[in-house]
Amino acid sequence: MNLLLVTVIGGLYAIGTYLLLQRSLTRIILGLAVMGHGANLLLLAAGGPAGRPPIVGTGTAESFADPLPQALALTAIVITFGVTSLLLALAYRSWRLRHDDEVEDDVEDRRIARAGAGDE
Amino acid sequence: MRIVLPLLLALPLFGAALSLILHGRLRLQRTVGVVVLTANLMAAILLLVRVSGSGPAVVNVGGWPAPIGITLVADLFAALMLVVAAIMVLGVLVYAIGSPVTQDQKMFFHPMFLVLATGVSGSFLAGDLFNLFVAFEVMLSASYVLLTLGGKAQQVRSGMTYVVISLLASTLFITAVALVYAATGTVNLADLAVRIPQLPAGVRTALGLLFLVVFGIKAAIFPLFFWLPDSYPTSPTPVTAIFAGLLTKVGVYAIIRSQTLLFPSDGPSTLLLSIAGATMLVGVLGAIAQDEIKRILSFHIVSQIGYMILGLGFFTVAGIAGAIFYILHHIVVKTTLFLVDGLIESVTGTGALHRLGGLVHHLPLVAAFFMLPALSLAGLPPFSGFVAKLALVQEGMALQRYVVVGVSLLVSLLTLFSMTKIWAGAFWGAPDEEPASDLPPQIQSRISRSALWSTGALVVVSLAIALTAGEVYELSSRAAAWMIDPAHYIDLVLSE
Repeated sequence: MNLLLVTVIGGLYAIGTYLLLQRSLTRIILGLAVMGHGANLLLLAAGGPAGRPPIVGTGTAESFADPLPQALALTAIVITFGVTSLLLALAYRSWRLRHDDEVEDDVEDRRIARAGAGDE
Repeated sequence: MRIVLPLLLALPLFGAALSLILHGRLRLQRTVGVVVLTANLMAAILLLVRVSGSGPAVVNVGGWPAPIGITLVADLFAALMLVVAAIMVLGVLVYAIGSPVTQDQKMFFHPMFLVLATGVSGSFLAGDLFNLFVAFEVMLSASYVLLTLGGKAQQVRSGMTYVVISLLASTLFITAVALVYAATGTVNLADLAVRIPQLPAGVRTALGLLFLVVFGIKAAIFPLFFWLPDSYPTSPTPVTAIFAGLLTKVGVYAIIRSQTLLFPSDGPSTLLLSIAGATMLVGVLGAIAQDEIKRILSFHIVSQIGYMILGLGFFTVAGIAGAIFYILHHIVVKTTLFLVDGLIESVTGTGALHRLGGLVHHLPLVAAFFMLPALSLAGLPPFSGFVAKLALVQEGMALQRYVVVGVSLLVSLLTLFSMTKIWAGAFWGAPDEEPASDLPPQIQSRISRSALWSTGALVVVSLAIALTAGEVYELSSRAAAWMIDPAHYIDLVLSE
């Protein structure tokens, strides 16, 4: 595993986490996408050192790159892609309905919090 | 016999494809759904009979041997869960077809419902971590669509929370899979059970905790439960009911599976017991503060998850058997309660307790359908909830974990209080009291027969669990005894 890849993975997770903690939907979605990239790279890194060729011809197991994590990463990319599209559609719908990109508080939560404050 | 395992995945998925093609022809879609899910239920029952008779079954899909290929494993725990899940999806589908205010007519309801059923079966049968991930995603993708079907402002708001939280959990899941693969070089559960004990203790603990967080988000344990009461109540009744019954329990299943197989503990786990106590208490306190029936019930899901984790935390055969029994009981009872709430809402148009009252005079049958599972949820004898709680409390006393046992008894009492609140708010009162008088005179006609009787059938199922408690508990004990020793699982899968 090389240092550059590790730094990139760490950076992607950090940026993703930061964006997730924001209040606007667009940033949250971007954060999830960035974090997903970090996770996919982590899968790739889990497969062993970089630079080995894919399985072509014959040879010892060590001379080829491990195909399994790459297959896992591909599956994960497809799933993340689908769900992110759905999220974008939802965000668009939310914007159409409210003309606002903020994540709203739960209505019922606010009602109960108000009721609790009123008791005192 | 072994054809049944892949069949449990293929049937609903094939049904979903067919249903998608039949788009726009509601009657055919309904027929496909009912036929496929009935066949699914029969396959699950057949599997349970065979597994309890002649031991767990393994299928290597495509003929690739165990650590390399895709493995499907059905032990007794999985088979029990599959049967209960199959009963629930069928019952709720029939309810959805009959209920006028549901989203059954919406474009993608039927295909997505069947995809959801596929994902649930897949999670129970998965023999490796990555397949578990994929099955989770199949289930969750379908649930995102079902939750936001219709696209009302409320649904979009709460659906957003749900999708974001689930997607975050999925990303963490991939991270966990990658780290496990880096540490051990495999994702097959049986192979992992061999290799994880060889890892250094620190790495093992870190991986164990990461999986607990990942599955804990899906299972809504303390302190990762906050998304659940927020997102469940806004969707149409059949959707909420099936989510409440099954989705979190798939998370609990994954926690129990991973903690017993991959990260077994020597004795009672203080971490899990503390989580269990906090989950029970916070959930029930949240429920007491609520006014709307669906929200009260949603908080009770959280509280009940605590009992299941409690059984796992004891880490004994009796404890895990109690947890399994509790899950089986809870899936049925909770789904039924949500369906009853749906019946109430379809008549009165609201689930808010301060606007309801006197329903027992208009809807005596619905009142009875609420009463029985509600008492069972609170754990009153002779219902199934009593048996489940008794098993857990007895085991806690035997292990001298008095604090958490005390908490669980207190929570039972508070659950009873909360159920009484719904009963007093919605059903009791004079028929001509102010809140009830705005009900239309011919209210009975608005509950369709199939919705009413599918709810009734599920009430009967929950009573049947109570009546056959001895047999069901015996099955749970056998499942737990098999699970508590990972060697069984390893032998089974790797010797294929």
